[in-house]
Amino acid sequence: MSETDQNARPEGHDGATIPAGAGRQTMTFGPEAPLRLDSGKALSPFTIAYETYGRLNADRSNAVLVCHALTGDQFVASTNPATGKPGWWPMMVGPGKPIDTDRFFVICQNVIGGCMGTTGPMDINPATGQPYGLSFPVITIGDMVRAQAMLVDRLGIDDLFCVIGGSMGGMQTLQWATAYPGRVHSAIPIATAARHSAQNIAFHEVGRQAIMADPEWRSGNYIAEKTSPSKGLAVARMAAHITYLSEAALHRKFGRNLQDREAVGYGFDADFQIESYLRYQGSAFVERFDANSYLFITRAMDYFDIAAEHDGVLAKAFAGTRTRFCVVSFTSDWLFPTSDNRQIVHALNAAAANVSFVEINTDKGHDAFLLDEPEMFSTLRGFIDSAAQKRGLTK
Amino acid sequence: MSPPAFTTSRVDLELIATMIEPGSRVLDVGCGDGELLALLAHTKNVDGRGVELSQEGVNACVARGLSVIQGDADADLRDYPDNGFDYVILSQTIQATRNPREVLRQMKRIGKRAVISFPNFGNWKVRLQLLVLGRMPETRSLGYSWYDTPNIHLCTVRDFVYLCDELALQIDEAVNVTGDRAWKIGRPGHIVNLIADEAVFLLSDKR
Repeated sequence: MSETDQNARPEGHDGATIPAGAGRQTMTFGPEAPLRLDSGKALSPFTIAYETYGRLNADRSNAVLVCHALTGDQFVASTNPATGKPGWWPMMVGPGKPIDTDRFFVICQNVIGGCMGTTGPMDINPATGQPYGLSFPVITIGDMVRAQAMLVDRLGIDDLFCVIGGSMGGMQTLQWATAYPGRVHSAIPIATAARHSAQNIAFHEVGRQAIMADPEWRSGNYIAEKTSPSKGLAVARMAAHITYLSEAALHRKFGRNLQDREAVGYGFDADFQIESYLRYQGSAFVERFDANSYLFITRAMDYFDIAAEHDGVLAKAFAGTRTRFCVVSFTSDWLFPTSDNRQIVHALNAAAANVSFVEINTDKGHDAFLLDEPEMFSTLRGFIDSAAQKRGLTK
Repeated sequence: MSPPAFTTSRVDLELIATMIEPGSRVLDVGCGDGELLALLAHTKNVDGRGVELSQEGVNACVARGLSVIQGDADADLRDYPDNGFDYVILSQTIQATRNPREVLRQMKRIGKRAVISFPNFGNWKVRLQLLVLGRMPETRSLGYSWYDTPNIHLCTVRDFVYLCDELALQIDEAVNVTGDRAWKIGRPGHIVNLIADEAVFLLSDKR
């Protein structure tokens, strides 16, 4: 499940899930295959937890990699065993959906640093026998993608038909397209940016400080000390959750409506529905997410800046690319506004790349990419179909 | 791309299509719902890209498998590299741009050739409406009232020819469209300026 909790979704959407291929899959990379990190360190051994859907064709040419967002996981289209909730992108991935699992072989991996089975700070550091905690190496989006590429190699897939993701998933998509340009036939970065903005770094810092200010955080050693910084993590989630919505959507959903009462209570209980909603979002989140993972993954997003590795010129990152791009943004997204997405499009144009770009009209804010946006689905269906035909993938 | 279903409703689109060499790289600025790009992809096997202002237009294009970005001629042409395309097409759009001269300069820079179609404000019916009725002209090519028209920079065929001279653009081909008839002309003069409802130009750099 990604940015928004399942409960925030509109009712009535098709919640059907597909049983995962082999289900609950993991791949472990031993000392012979360390993950070389941007920081200069190496992570070894490490494990990647992933899900696959559909069947790899004989040419191994129909693989689609779905990249999850900050608080997402590998259960893009199957029930999350930890929460019992359906996959986080049921309208995008599944039989007959834009990413058609009857046609494509879909892979979704939990990122390095995550807490859903892939090696992260809650796992045991083999050097100490204790959970990594803050001794886990700082990772980057580049590291996440390098690890993903190692898994794709192990699966025997040379190049991917499509890499797709929203938000942090969009960052990974861009990283794939620039770090492995020959291995990505088409790329769909959604509601994302080629570099994390100062405002977004600021929001992340608020979240991290909230976690670290919780006395139960214990300098990151809460697992060993059997405490839980759930209050800090909940506050981090509450603050972040506001950035995933929009003023208009908040007004439409909650307005100034009071929660189970006729008048304000002259106290600090959750008088307003929006307060009650945020508190619920915070408490539901701590049930499924590790506080240290939140620190490390937000840090990875903060460090993301593709142009920095190419003399500060984003277009250079895409020079000579043969990947077909479709960039999508949303009018009411103020976390990754259209201007951020348009910067990617401008750079792709300057590199004479094959690019489509749509801005979807919606008041649902950043989270719109996870929600029922018919225009987005019809646009992406057309893009994916035509890219598949270019690659010779028949229906 | 599968052969997209298309029907061409505008005479100038078919005229433009005749000017495009098969297999070339084409940028259609103001491509609408992708009618021309689909026609060119189908009949000329071009590698086509588009720029379109409206979300509905862009969505329609991408959904039919065309590579189109949301943007406008005034703001988004400067990102493209020099000579990135064989043809840059601006069909029935130049009169709606904020800075037509700069748009034309950018087209010259980006494309080896430019194709432009526009309504002729020098047509006798237009002149007569203003002269006799004293009202802003409304014709088949100019179907708006003065207060709601997107056409903020209308010009005559002669105006356009002068601008081409100023920008050192060579007129390789010019087509006069009057009613449902269209024919090739040399360098347009006063007669064409009186009878043309629309004109289509194929331009290249004068070097």
